Amino acid sequence: MQYVLEMTGIDKSFSGVKVLDQVDLRVKPGEVHALMGENGAGKSTLMKILMGIYKADAGHIVLNGHETHISGPRDAIAQKISMIHQELNPVLDMEVSENIFIGREIRKKGLGKVGLVDRAAMRAETASLFDAMGIDIKPEEIVRRLSVAQIQLVEIVKAISLSAGIIIMDEPTSAITDREVEVLFRQIRQLKEQGVAIIYISHKIDEIFQIADSITVLRDGRLVGTDERRNFDRNRLITMMVGREISEVYPKGEATIGEPIMEVRNMNRGRRVRDVSFILREGEVLGIAGLVGAGRSELMESIFGMAPGSRGEVAVKGRNIRIRHPKDAIRTKIAMITEDRKRTGLNLKASVEHNITIVSIDKLAKFGFIDQSREGKVSEDYIGRLGIRTNSRKTMVQTLSGGNQQKVVLAKWLLTEPDIIIFDEPTRGIDVGAKRDIYLLIGELARQGKGIIVISSEMPEVMGISDRILVMCEGRITGELMRSEFTQEAIMGFASAMGGAGA
Amino acid sequence: MKGESGIKKGKLGENIRELGILIAFIVIIAFLMALSPDAFARPSNLINIVKQASINGILACGMMLVIISGGIDLSVGSTAALAGVMAAHFSHPGEYPLFVPIVIALIIGAAVGVVNGIGVAYGEIPPFIITLGTMTAVRGVSLIASGGAPVFNVSKPFEYVASGFLFGIPLLAVYFLIIVLISAFILTRTVFGRRVYTIGGNETAAKVSGINVRKMKIMVYTYAGMLAGFAGMLLASRTVSGSPTAGSGYELDAIAAVIIGGISMAGGAGKWYGTVIGALMIAVIGNGLDILGVSSHYQLIIKGAIIVFAVLIDIKSKSRNV
Repeated sequence: MQYVLEMTGIDKSFSGVKVLDQVDLRVKPGEVHALMGENGAGKSTLMKILMGIYKADAGHIVLNGHETHISGPRDAIAQKISMIHQELNPVLDMEVSENIFIGREIRKKGLGKVGLVDRAAMRAETASLFDAMGIDIKPEEIVRRLSVAQIQLVEIVKAISLSAGIIIMDEPTSAITDREVEVLFRQIRQLKEQGVAIIYISHKIDEIFQIADSITVLRDGRLVGTDERRNFDRNRLITMMVGREISEVYPKGEATIGEPIMEVRNMNRGRRVRDVSFILREGEVLGIAGLVGAGRSELMESIFGMAPGSRGEVAVKGRNIRIRHPKDAIRTKIAMITEDRKRTGLNLKASVEHNITIVSIDKLAKFGFIDQSREGKVSEDYIGRLGIRTNSRKTMVQTLSGGNQQKVVLAKWLLTEPDIIIFDEPTRGIDVGAKRDIYLLIGELARQGKGIIVISSEMPEVMGISDRILVMCEGRITGELMRSEFTQEAIMGFASAMGGAGA
Repeated sequence: MKGESGIKKGKLGENIRELGILIAFIVIIAFLMALSPDAFARPSNLINIVKQASINGILACGMMLVIISGGIDLSVGSTAALAGVMAAHFSHPGEYPLFVPIVIALIIGAAVGVVNGIGVAYGEIPPFIITLGTMTAVRGVSLIASGGAPVFNVSKPFEYVASGFLFGIPLLAVYFLIIVLISAFILTRTVFGRRVYTIGGNETAAKVSGINVRKMKIMVYTYAGMLAGFAGMLLASRTVSGSPTAGSGYELDAIAAVIIGGISMAGGAGKWYGTVIGALMIAVIGNGLDILGVSSHYQLIIKGAIIVFAVLIDIKSKSRNV
């Protein structure tokens, strides 16, 4: 028996549209098998079929040499398949150990029939799982107090504790720092040694080359190729995913850098942002690098008026501005593409059109009455300009793919015709093609003379698109690098500079 | 035109869902007509139904905005009582012109709404709690203001406000229609309405988008309060007295109308005409069961079942759509 899992000839259609067409996936025990492809390539659908969430129209699933049928997530777990979803759904007000044992709580002995939960046993069990993996989280901590990265680790432990034979990881590193990625990769290698197979979905090519043993590439619902990793190189992989040659992943446009457009002086926000000052110039792309928790997003929230407790001065085009609410920032032509589009960027219960126009709705109205034909025209215009793939402007934004949702957020802010645009992790969780569109857009905006700030945790990205990089660590700016000085080592040095330059 | 089919498909899906409520409504009417053709379908009875629906319908219009914004307002029944008592005080024959009691009722309603709105927006008190508080306290105020007994002796013009006719249509129905049109216009055509949906859909995103969430919330509760004041004044006019115990339980009827109309309790979604159908449906059922001679005790059971059933249909149709 060579493969632990063989999915062959999988077909799946949704309302007449074929999303998977004769797809095969073969996974060996003890390997990390990367599943790659752009958004909409069918990766998630294939995995949902494996988890029994969707039923395939045709095809076979063979587990350990036996053909099987998976009726739902519970059944999948019973057959030793578990999945760590990209979007985590922990119970925030429960403690870590309760989350790990959710749905299969350890019951008190003797009183088991009554259903009393044995908290002490669950905590002890969790602690030993954490110990074995070198994870430093208290089992009795309330999940709400954890960082996103820590929650991710909890989910991983949970999946492992289901004693899985196959673990599916959907973008497991999308919200964690490089240091935590190391912890995760260590876990993955340990799991491999125990013979666990891991199906690893990620857009980060560097990561795939670090961790994967085999790669399967899907495009538009079809299998493009599958091979061992050593037979791939970067360009071949990108070409297979995108279906065309991409000469450079980070197109860096030439923009003339002009006068200062925004100056931030002595920005403070408790212990998260400490005495930050910097200048942004017209036509400049200013990268903000640092580890998660370094205070980068918090700094931008302070500038944008989202954090009432902030102290500091912001001057735009030489004039001091009092920003106490995002509306003040918007009035001074600042735009903010936030990190978490579902939480802070979009109203998922509304249409594409209503999301695009919400910030600028005043300008599309007279005496408070919306001019609906103008609203329609404007939103059609931006849907076209940004190439948002949607059935119509009335389509609910929730039904769009991640990349297209992100473009809706961009459209909404570009419609305000901003002079200064803050991008917080603009390409998180979106595919190579859509990423490239966003990089091109950033370049175009810089050429128009706008000042651009990009927060990014992806080192190649921030180095690829910035003219200048500020590195933050524990709330302070610890380093400034011009484009000619960019190296990963220099940035990492500043990002973990406490005790040195920062203290 | 690209995406033309997408538009059609989306509309069809939505229509089916809303048709569900409409079909249920029509089925109930057909059923009542078949069972009691003479009594139910008489024009005078149909007018009676619209009259019965109107006060609850007016309250439901305000409740609809509050619920779409992600809140709830339990205080509207008590507010209506206080407004009714005060309107009756200022409508004794020969004392004040007719506009005085009307304006006073609106001001009282708006004042309670502002208190609710400030509590929700600035105090960050959950809407359920703050309006439960004002519901209780305002009831107390209306008992004090009336000395614990209904205020009688209202003028003829004041009585006419609710009992009069315009071109053969009862004025109550006219008010209902006007308030429905205003509310529908607010929700579908104004910046304010769009922001109400956005706040209910994602409050954080609304704030980041530059919406003054607090101001919007105060406006929403003020609107609901004003409509409650207006409804209370109509109630006093219709019953020819301002009763301090009037309107108790009306908040639940208003919520029921909104829910039956398919408006999501989670906020951010719902159509104005759902509320209209919801309010009419409650009135039709009450009236129909009266005609059929069903005791009012059994009517409550049936009403309860219908509320649950309406939400059930809504949930099922949504999960199928997604």
